[in-house]
Amino acid sequence: MYNFLSGGFTAYLYRDLLLSIRNKSDLVKPLIFFLLVAALVPLAIAPEAERLAELAPGIIWILAVLATLLSVEHLFSDDLNDGCLEQMLISPNMLILPILGKITAHWLVIGLPLTLLSPVIGLWFSLPSVALIPMILSLAIGTAVLSLIGAVGAALTLPRQGGVLLALLVMPLYMPVLIFGSATIQSAVDGLDWTAPLAMLAAFLAIAIALCPLAINAGLRLAKNG
Amino acid sequence: MNLNLQWTWFHRLGSPRWFYQKTQRWLPWLSLVMSVLLVTGLVWGLAFAPPDAKQGNSFRIIYVHVPASVVALAGYYIMAIAGAVGLIWRIKLAYMLMRSAAPIGAALTFIALVTGAIWGKPTWGAYWEWDARITSMLILLFLYLGVMALRHTYSSNEAADKASAILGLVGMVNVPIIYKSVDWWQTLHQPATIKFTGAPSMHPDMFMPLVVMILGFYLFYTVSLILFARAEILRREYRASWVKQLVTDNSAEK
Repeated sequence: MYNFLSGGFTAYLYRDLLLSIRNKSDLVKPLIFFLLVAALVPLAIAPEAERLAELAPGIIWILAVLATLLSVEHLFSDDLNDGCLEQMLISPNMLILPILGKITAHWLVIGLPLTLLSPVIGLWFSLPSVALIPMILSLAIGTAVLSLIGAVGAALTLPRQGGVLLALLVMPLYMPVLIFGSATIQSAVDGLDWTAPLAMLAAFLAIAIALCPLAINAGLRLAKNG
Repeated sequence: MNLNLQWTWFHRLGSPRWFYQKTQRWLPWLSLVMSVLLVTGLVWGLAFAPPDAKQGNSFRIIYVHVPASVVALAGYYIMAIAGAVGLIWRIKLAYMLMRSAAPIGAALTFIALVTGAIWGKPTWGAYWEWDARITSMLILLFLYLGVMALRHTYSSNEAADKASAILGLVGMVNVPIIYKSVDWWQTLHQPATIKFTGAPSMHPDMFMPLVVMILGFYLFYTVSLILFARAEILRREYRASWVKQLVTDNSAEK
């Protein structure tokens, strides 16, 4: 019972966090990508505050989606390459908790820093200050959903290790998160009630936590044999 | 014991050989009904249905567009359910049907998008509008393409089947969510919603040919699915003795 409950959640969370901290370049790459592409937007469109503010909610969310997608590819492939995945799969239990531990680590390393960096982009794009808190909350919840869904794609594409195929599988599934994420910010900008789209994001998170590990578990077991 | 007896039909249904031989007999009849429905629906819809009050004759593309969209969407569920049946009962035939359903569904989705764009030009004045239904169909096309592309990731058929089935199930949970989200997004962003003649508000003279066409498209889907699945069965079971027998018999006839 003890084994099932703790079930490796903390062990995998700790291990993956430790790996990320020791390998700092992987940690920083998605964040630099996030800021770099954000800096391209004013250059490509126009450095006018009103136009940028209008586009900001959508662009921030598109960037969050792309940055997560970039990093989620390595969630299981490194473990596959160095043999750790085999060790994990030896367990006769469902791997729900180890998987959730790994995804939580991924969110702490990618989603949370993106969320904390987002006010910088908000300032660059002259996003009204009323929208800052909704933006932070929507990114915090939304990037967790992105990590979970992305992990399903990463597990299923493991034999070929992601790439364009991963984007093709995962992007359609990201659409609802993208819609409600940018809607949260947009509602706040327009002075509307932004808790409703935020609640939808939280609902997506609840569904994803319940269902995604099942699909990931099945996908990982396939990848080992396929 | 009793339970086992009742389920034998289910497992016999799962035998590729049984399916191959049965469909040999069904195919001519299905194709006949399909041709009758499609020809009747097309001639009725294109030549005899009254022109629309606002859109004139350009609305007649509805007789291809709507059936294609309806069947494309239903096809995703057929594909996902076939995959689920394969995963749960480990039936090879279900996987073969799932694999066959993906390209047919993708093709129908593509037809729906293209006819929609052609219809959009005279009606809305643009080939593409970010209308909720168009956007959902575009996402559906990507979902189909994902299922088709995932197959090449795996070297063994068995793993590829299971992976596609899992992806199909993930998609099945997501399709309603995506549809509702896109609907909601649309109402948020476009105050001037585009409305065209919806099915229930249509005059019976226009609506009846549409029903005939939808039925015809469902049969077309069934016939294509059977044909694709038969090819798939031969491709996968080429080592089985009954397939070898079939090939020698065929060449002996010639």
